[in-house]
This record gives sequence, C-alpha cells and structure tokens, in this order.
Amino acid sequence: MSDTQVIAHTARSPQFSRLEWLKTIGRCGRYLAARSVVVFLTILVGVYAAIWVTNLGGFGDKFRRDEIQMNVLIGFNQTKWYHELPAEERMELLEAATEAAFIKNDLDQPFALRSFRYLRQAFSLSLGMTTRSFHQSVPRPVRDVLIERVPMTLLIFGTANLITFFAGLFIALGLSRRYGSAPDRVATLLVPVFAAPSWFHGIFLIVIFASLLKILPFGGIVDASIPDTPFLYALSMLRHMILPVTAVVLGTLPFAVYANRALFLIHSNEDYVELAKAKGLGARRLQWRYILRPVLPPVITNFAFIAVVAWQGIILTEEIFSWPGLGSLLIEAIQNYSVSLVIGTIVMFAYLMGASFLLLDVLYVLVDPRVSLGAGGRAT
Amino acid sequence: MALKPMWKGIRAYPTVAMSLIIILSLIGVSIYAVIQLPLSEAIAAWNAGDDVWRYTPELAQPTWTNLFRRENLPETITASLGEFETVKEAIRESSWRETTLLSFEYETTRFPSEAKIFYDIRYDSKRPLLTLTWIRPDGAEVVLSHGVVGGGPGRVDLDVVEAFGSADSDSSPRALKGAYQLRAEALTFEAEGFSLNGQLVVYGRVFGIAGTDEQRRDLAIGLMWGTPIALMIGLIAATGTTVFGFVVAAVGAWHGGWLDAGIQRITEVSMMIPFLPTILMVGWFYSSSIWVLLIFIIGFSLFSGPLKSYRAMFLQVKSSQYIEAAQAYGATNSRIIFRYLIPRMLPALLPRLILGIPLFVFLETSLAFLGIADPNLPTWGKILSEAREALYMGHYHWVLGPAFMLSLTGLSFSMLGYSLDRIFNPRLRDI
Repeated sequence: MSDTQVIAHTARSPQFSRLEWLKTIGRCGRYLAARSVVVFLTILVGVYAAIWVTNLGGFGDKFRRDEIQMNVLIGFNQTKWYHELPAEERMELLEAATEAAFIKNDLDQPFALRSFRYLRQAFSLSLGMTTRSFHQSVPRPVRDVLIERVPMTLLIFGTANLITFFAGLFIALGLSRRYGSAPDRVATLLVPVFAAPSWFHGIFLIVIFASLLKILPFGGIVDASIPDTPFLYALSMLRHMILPVTAVVLGTLPFAVYANRALFLIHSNEDYVELAKAKGLGARRLQWRYILRPVLPPVITNFAFIAVVAWQGIILTEEIFSWPGLGSLLIEAIQNYSVSLVIGTIVMFAYLMGASFLLLDVLYVLVDPRVSLGAGGRAT
Repeated sequence: MALKPMWKGIRAYPTVAMSLIIILSLIGVSIYAVIQLPLSEAIAAWNAGDDVWRYTPELAQPTWTNLFRRENLPETITASLGEFETVKEAIRESSWRETTLLSFEYETTRFPSEAKIFYDIRYDSKRPLLTLTWIRPDGAEVVLSHGVVGGGPGRVDLDVVEAFGSADSDSSPRALKGAYQLRAEALTFEAEGFSLNGQLVVYGRVFGIAGTDEQRRDLAIGLMWGTPIALMIGLIAATGTTVFGFVVAAVGAWHGGWLDAGIQRITEVSMMIPFLPTILMVGWFYSSSIWVLLIFIIGFSLFSGPLKSYRAMFLQVKSSQYIEAAQAYGATNSRIIFRYLIPRMLPALLPRLILGIPLFVFLETSLAFLGIADPNLPTWGKILSEAREALYMGHYHWVLGPAFMLSLTGLSFSMLGYSLDRIFNPRLRDI
C-alpha cells in the first residue's frame, strides 16, 4: 500500500498500447541520460571550482610541497649513508632531491595548467596514496580509503532519508486530513523547535540516551567486544545506528512534514478535488489519487532541497557519533593536512549528491505525468 | 501590503509575540554584554588563562543548580591573610615570630573541589622559616608546609580529604562542617623587610550563573559574549545572502534569456559543490578569522537553492498588469526591478531572511565544533566544541549552557520566520 501502486496504475492505463509503452520508456531513458550528462557536467564544474578554491592563497600547493618534502626526507632518513654525511651536504642533497621531486610532480608549472590534471585525477579518484602522517598507519591508496567509507555513510544517510521521505509524506497527509485539529496545531508549532542541524540534536540524544539513561551507545559501529557471529554483529550495528539515524531524521523530518503538509493543503482546495468530492468518491480514493498523486512531484523537489542540506549535515553527525563514514574521514583528512584525501572526499560527496539528484530525477519521471508521458522527453 | 492589516495579522499569532520577546531578550543580553565588558576586555579575559582564572573552581556547575539539591554544593571561599590580625613577637635578639590566624566557616558536608594557599614572601637578605598549619573543627592539626622558604610567590595544595574529611565517615566520606583555621607562622631573622601575603582559596563546586570550564573560565562571559557575535554572524550572513539572492533572481527573471540561463546554471553548479567541506578547508588551511569565514560563507551561499524559488516567485509577478503599466510609461529595466518587482516581493523576503539567521548561527557553530573558529572571540560554538569531552564525563552544564543559548536563538528566529511566512504569504495564510 504505497505510492508505487498509484504510479503503476497510471502507467498501465488501458489507452496505452505496447508500442506507446516502448516509446515512453525510450523517452524516459533519453531524458534520464540527458539528466545524467547534465548532472555529471555540473559536478565537473563544481569540483573544478572547488579545486580552485582549495588552492586559494596557494595553500593547496603549499601542502602538496610539504607532503613531497616530507616524503623525500623520510626516504632519506631510512638510509644509513644519509646520516653519515656532514650536515651541510645533507641539506644540499635534501634540497636538490626535493626540487627534483617538485619538478617531477609538475609543481613548477602554473596552477592553471595543473588544475586540469588535478581535475582528471580527482574524477577518476586516482589520487595516489594517503600521506604517512595520516592515521599513523601504512600508506594506502586514497581510492580504497574512500570506497571503504562510502557504504557506512550511505547506511546512515540512506536509512534516515528513506524514513524522512516516507514518514514525511504520510505524517503530512494525515495532518492535512485532520487540518486544524490538536495534533496538527501541535505539529506545526513544534517545527521551529527542530530548527537545528542534525548533529545538534545528536548532542541531546547522546546526553539523554547514552550519558543519562545508558541504554544506547555513545558512538562507533559495534560494541567494543566485537560480536563473533554475523547476526550479533548486525544487531550490534543496528543498535549503534539508532542514535545517528534518529539525529538525521530529527533534523530533516519536521521540515519535510511542514512543506508537504502545505502542499497537500493547497492541492486539496483545487477544483478537481471538489468535483471528485461532489461525485461522492470515498475519502481514501480521494486522498490517494486526487491529492497525493499530483502533489508528488513538488514533494520530490522539496525533498531534494532537504537532502542537499542533509548531505552537509552528515559530516558533523558522523563526527559526533564517531561513525566511520566519509564525513569523519574528511575531518581526519583536513586535520592531517592531506590535500589528496580532502579533494577525494569532496569529489565523493559531489558524486553521492549527484547520484541522489539522479535518483530523485528517476522518481520524478515515475510520478510526473508531464515528464513520462509528454512528448520530446523534456522535463519542465 | 498595508501596515494595519499586517499588524492585525501579527497580533493573531501568539508565537510571533513569544519569539519577539525571546529575540528582544537576546538583544538585551548582547547590549548588556557589550556595555558591561567591552570586546577587548572580554577577549583578554577569555584568553587570559591562569592569571585571571586561578581563583575560580575548575568545572564548577552553575550556582542555581543548588536549588534542586538536598544538600548544597559549596561555593568558593576566599580568605586573605591580610584580613586577619598578625601577632609579632621577639623570640631572641635577632629573631621574631609572626603569627597570623586565618579562620572561616565551612557549611556543607560536601567536599570542596580543591583548596590552595597562594602566598608571596618578601625579605631583605635572610630567609625566613614558614610553617603553615591547618586546624580542623575537630581540633586536629595538619602541618601543611614547614621549612625555610625563598622569596617570591609560592603555592601549597591541600589534600581535600585530609583537610576536610570527617573522621567518623564509613563508606562515603563527608566533609566536616564548622570553623576551620589556617595558622601561618613565620620565623624571621630580620627586624624589618619581611612581609607575608597569603590567600586561602577553598574552591567550590558551583560558580556563577553558568559554571566554569576546564580552564576555570566563567562560562557566563563566553555565553553572554557569544550572543552579540552569533546575532551578528546570523544577521550579516542572512541579510547578505537573501538580499543578494533576491536581487539576482529578480534581474534574471526580468531579463530572461542567456542571463537567466547563466544564473540558473551557476546555481546548479554551486548546489553541487559540497558547501561545508569547502568552507572547512578554507577555514583550516587559509584563515579562521570570523570575517574571512563570513565572506566565504556568503560567497558560497549566494547562488544556493533558494534562488530557484525566488526566481519562480518573480516569474509569477513578472507578467502582472502593474508591471505592464510601468513598461507602458517607459520605466527603465532597473527601475522596474528595484521599484516594482523587488518591493512587491518584500513580504516574502522577510520570513526567509529571518529563517536564515539561525541557519548561519548554526553554521558558525558547526564550523567551530570542527575547530574552525575565530581564535580570539568567545563563541557558543567554540565553547561547545571545547565541551565535547564533557559529554562522556558528565559535566552537562558545560554542554547544555551553549546548547541552551543556541536552541533559544534557533527557536525564536525560526518561530518568527515561520509565523511571518504564514502571515505574509496569502496562499499559506488560511492553512
């Protein structure tokens, strides 16, 4: 019992022959392909801009130089003969080797030229190895570190946003149906209470549930004593997910409900709804087909805005709950002055944001008749 | 929109009055902070360290929390040797004994957090012999320090349990109530030139209206001064981004064509740049001064999501008849944009501007929480980020103080914003 039923109904309307069906699919495919290209180009420009911003004041280069210099020095320090040289010769050797390494890394070229190479590297995520200082562990390919963290972030973000999307839709529908009732008034009154980022709610959640009540963990992904069976492991992880997911939901759901409720109320005053009422249609049918259905496209647009903000918020939420996702990786990377990892994380975030936009576009095609049925495969 | 119905609308919403009261009190706190403690002094006090904050207790809770306790936690007791009488007697030809007896009442059975004696000794050439004796209400005496001392400042830390613990305690040790005394006895070998200044500080467990942090700072200063800073950041950033966004959206919507398309594309790209990571990087690598951050924050938010909805609003108004009329009498483009389009949409601007304020206040907090904050200013975010460890250690006042101020700010401005949105936007008014 969800909106999919409604969508399926429209798509299977009897006036559609098989051929038209295929045409529609083709149009949708073309539309989605076009959207993918646009989103990809947007990310490209966005990341390129970010690369320039990171290099503002030359600090990107400065840290690249420092990183190279450090690596050269560490390389020398590991050899015995280097320590036997007199101090002056050591300095000269070091300088010469560093200079050579700079040139090898094209640091003598102007930034404008290098920026395109950085862009290519950033996009293919081939960003070399993590710095030695990072995590005080063995250097690993940046790409591996990034890819390792993505599922963790998606787990929290995906769960929380699914809850926000569906709960936001149905709570709003319920409230708009009982417009002006006590729960409706309380809910609208409560929205401003949640006007804080998710991590801020997270602090309160930690104080209440972890510090005072001691029923849920402070953070992390599993208990300190790692459970041995996969089932127990999953259970422990689920327990650790409760607070971060709740924090993200608290930061997004009230606004989704508020915005959706307004949309439902506006649409329930439309003439065609009045007509349907006059025809004597049941309340249920009215809600699903006459109000929910046309409201879905703007609901999705609203949700896209909420999701963009939520993507930013996830960084601190992860940090607060020591959740090893992309957000906490970014903070570790920044604190360790690891430029390649920082750029990698930003690109990853941009990819994920782009992917969520595309996902919403797919949803849009599914629910908006102007997109899926209109000629030319153009979205409005 | 005429003023009178607007005012009527506002009166019909009690939330507006409530949020205005909170906002006015926040402004009041800001004005009080600025008058009471000028910025330079506040910065100096906040970053002073041990010089200023050595006499305040560490991690003390707010004093008012005692209202909810069966037994009060002690407040800090400070007593100076100078306030008490010094008896000087000659022992032999060239030696004198100076004795000062300091006394104070201790009125709870809860232990103080610490007790310290700060002293400062002056002499000309011969070193004196100093004996500090602690006399408990039960008559027991503890020699705290005894020996020949050099000149200059010195400090004696007391063992709180030894100095205050009651003897008959079995499982949970309790402090002894009553009159305590400190006897400072100096044996000097100079007729003149010797002086002893001393101060006994029995650190309490409660302090001020907001308590203290790990560096013994009075959190009230930080919380109070955080208010004008937060309001300023919120107001500047929200005004900057909203007004700019409005003007750009109006220009784009009016002119249409490539200009509009260009603005649209820039907005889409800027939505795709992960905002927080980029700002984080700027703050971490470049400068964390509040002004630099503000410039970057505003710069990044100029072409953000809301611009699209402003544009949609302007497109609706663009085809209105009064605009057509203005065109007919030959109004220039800029005149139409600034005198006809934008004023018409001002009621829509105000709620958004107000709703933007808490967003930017929280953004500053988020950045501060990640360690990117102005190095000098005391801000709520900085206090909150310093208090992070407190979450695990149970010093809730440290976290909840700034959290309370932030919640208050967020709540009041968003309550006002949402209510104004409903009042000013006729489409939502009946909803």
